[in-house]
Amino acid sequence: MNHVTEEDLVLYYYGEAGARGVEEHLGSCEACRESYHALQRVLNSVDSLPVPERAHDYEAQVWRSIEGKLPRRSFASRWFTWKPLAVAAAMAALVVAAFFAGRGFQKPHGEVAHDGNVRERVLLVAVGDHLERSRMMLVELSNSDAPKHGSLDISYEQRAAEDLIESNRLYRQTAMSSGDEATASLLEDLERVLLEVAHSPSAMSEKQLDDLRKEIEGQGILFKVKVFGDQVEQRQAAPSNGGVL
Amino acid sequence: MEDSDSVAVARAKQGDGDAYRILVDRHSRSVFRLAYRMTGNEQDSEDVVQETFLRAYKQLHRYEARSSFSTWLYRIAANYSLDLVRRKKRHGEIGFQEQATEEEMGEVVHAVASDAPGPDRLLFSGAVQEKVAATLDGLSQQERTAFVLRHFEGQSIEEISAVLGLSNNAAKHSIFRAVQKLRRALEPLVAS
Repeated sequence: MNHVTEEDLVLYYYGEAGARGVEEHLGSCEACRESYHALQRVLNSVDSLPVPERAHDYEAQVWRSIEGKLPRRSFASRWFTWKPLAVAAAMAALVVAAFFAGRGFQKPHGEVAHDGNVRERVLLVAVGDHLERSRMMLVELSNSDAPKHGSLDISYEQRAAEDLIESNRLYRQTAMSSGDEATASLLEDLERVLLEVAHSPSAMSEKQLDDLRKEIEGQGILFKVKVFGDQVEQRQAAPSNGGVL
Repeated sequence: MEDSDSVAVARAKQGDGDAYRILVDRHSRSVFRLAYRMTGNEQDSEDVVQETFLRAYKQLHRYEARSSFSTWLYRIAANYSLDLVRRKKRHGEIGFQEQATEEEMGEVVHAVASDAPGPDRLLFSGAVQEKVAATLDGLSQQERTAFVLRHFEGQSIEEISAVLGLSNNAAKHSIFRAVQKLRRALEPLVAS
């Protein structure tokens, strides 16, 4: 009679596949049954190993110890939560802008000025959101650390960058067609950096990440976007009086 | 639990700090237990618990619910425990626990076998616990991790392979080797 191996007994103890054959064999083989009982005694004795008790408010203690160290919610997660809304917002903004732009050719002069303001405000809000999302992603990337002897996976940030590039192109073309050269120029600079991120390796070494960080900083894009964002906020707060995007 | 974990994870991913606190409340004790079984040291285990929840929060967007949240969390805890123990061993900060000598064990077994009264039974139980702890300390980190995850956490061979970055067969053999060592050390004590 072929006896059950020790390995099969271990697998049987842990309920792994192939246990059925072992069970049948144990029913008819006293030697294997004794061997299995010995194994059971040993493994059951391992359960006697005590683990130090924790205080009744242990969970609260753990929370207190980490609460202050938790980073702001990471960009990638926020991006993928917001992405459907962001894309919809971009499309809606452009549709509204196109609608009012179209009406500009058909309406009497006074109404064109009014419609132009509405279009600019819609675009202002949309571009402001777009810039803020781009800035968040770039800040997050700039603040990331690659492990000393490993790599940092930036594939989430790259997917976000690809989506941002799409919106960026639409906004840049709109800014150009409406004659807003300052905004178009900023979006062009931003697009260059977003392309850099999207086309970098997904697994970045410490050195590669450092190079990318220098690239982002070298363009001064974070500063430019921040300044533009502040201006957008001021213009949003100001009463509607026309002006460029 | 898993369903409500999913809800809490989804909310935490959107930046809801209260939702993440729920996850900490639910899992901090079990992460501590795992860490203690992996490191055998209370202070190190506290370190593992904190670091696990910090790392999990930072990587939350990478959790895709292919496994349960607790399995994913244990993977982070097990990997950090492994790193911690390796680092400390490299720096000579910890060594294997002194194993009770065969003679000492022989005395305990003899006392118990002779129908000894209560205190000796307690002594026996303490001796078994010490021997278990010493034997676990004597396992390689790979064997210990594989064994702890299988025996105490009930993780599948596939899950253990993923934690250790091994093939299923190699993970299985780590468990076998751990069990063999435990049998060799403990069978004389618990034979009857």
